[in-house]
Amino acid sequence: MIRIIDYKAGNAPSVLHAITHLGYAAEYAHTSADLADAAHIILPGVGSARATMDSLGEMDLLRALEDRVLREKIPFLGICVGLQILFERSEEENTACLGWLGGRVARFNAARVPQMGWNEVCFVRDAPFSADGDFFYFVNSYHAIPEDASDIWGEADYNGRFTAAIHRDNLYATQFHIEKSGKAGLALLRGFLETGRGQC
Amino acid sequence: MLTKRLIACFDIISGRVTKAVRFQDNIDVAPADELAEAMYTAGIDELFFYDITASSEKRSIDIETVRKVAKRVFIPFAVGGGIRDARDMYTALKAGAEKVSIDSMAVRNPAIITDGAKAFGSQCVVLSTQAKKTGRTPSGYEVFIDGARVATGLDVIEWIRQGQDLGAGEICLNSIDNDGTLSGYDLALMRLAEAAVTLPLIASGGAGLPEHLAALFTDTQAQAAIISSMLYSPRMERNYSVRELKEYLTRGNIHIRPHA
Repeated sequence: MIRIIDYKAGNAPSVLHAITHLGYAAEYAHTSADLADAAHIILPGVGSARATMDSLGEMDLLRALEDRVLREKIPFLGICVGLQILFERSEEENTACLGWLGGRVARFNAARVPQMGWNEVCFVRDAPFSADGDFFYFVNSYHAIPEDASDIWGEADYNGRFTAAIHRDNLYATQFHIEKSGKAGLALLRGFLETGRGQC
Repeated sequence: MLTKRLIACFDIISGRVTKAVRFQDNIDVAPADELAEAMYTAGIDELFFYDITASSEKRSIDIETVRKVAKRVFIPFAVGGGIRDARDMYTALKAGAEKVSIDSMAVRNPAIITDGAKAFGSQCVVLSTQAKKTGRTPSGYEVFIDGARVATGLDVIEWIRQGQDLGAGEICLNSIDNDGTLSGYDLALMRLAEAAVTLPLIASGGAGLPEHLAALFTDTQAQAAIISSMLYSPRMERNYSVRELKEYLTRGNIHIRPHA
């Protein structure tokens, strides 16, 4: 089962629509029990790092997430703020995050923030799947700075290079909205949904 | 590098796209979800839908149309019309919209901007404003509401600055004077706005030729352009495809996402 973590805000419905369009079945996850049968977990972001961390805490999902993703290593996809909270800390309201990856999240140093629109992503390293196109839709004021540069999967430019996508083992995350990035996003999403299939 | 965006804008009545000139004389064009999918496939960057009779009919936004569009279109889209509070916003976002546009309601109750930003994030809240040159306010541009019929006495530039402070994530400025004229965007208005706010700016009203887009993106800092008539209005002598527009802008060295 593909499980999309659904807070009472955020873009979970758009992610569900995109997955359905690709011909897969997915369900929302609201409780840790919902994650028990997950073969893929998708974490869309909501509002801010703080709001996302608070929601995960209130829904009591933190432990189940760590069990399934870090220990059992099922494929995980974070989107937008769902990428940022993988790191140790976000400058946004000085929020302690999951710390699954070393590094921090900083605000853009640019005249116009947020960045809003389509930006060109350069995939700097191979992953089990790749994109069908280079332009993806971003909405973000903050960006991740990984400690380990080998965690960076893709980069883009907004008054300087920034981390646009992350890949390490079973962890995938995109700063852009993969579900709203047209055919390029859908192709990448399909690649994620195909990872790990037939291996259990 | 971030690209400039072309946003196709649709006025919706009962699930169908209509086309008006200066907020009057609507004629029927096509079902909203069909036209939206066609534009998505052609490579448009974003879509805006306005349920133009929701406010005057005192009802919520046509959520069934939003849902239909969300199942066929995988680029960001915003919906506006009939959004009265955070609950209406939630309904639209839950149906699959990326953003909501608030206009007259924000003038009546500015707290709705903050409520929406707090609940869903600023990026979901587009403050749309109808601007008319009246000379009665400091910038010369005055905010109009209710289908651009009612003057408010508010200064456009002061209002969008306030909107930014209240938590809006993007500003869409429509020039009432240029709307429907096909004579180009009001570049002076955009320049006043870009000096006043740091939020992304969307220009609306007046696009009739590819040159108008080029002028907007060259002479102002607008990050996005609303286009409608030139794409699909049966009233136009000719329509332009997304591909034509994007190829034209690319030739003019304007950084834009390539067409599909």
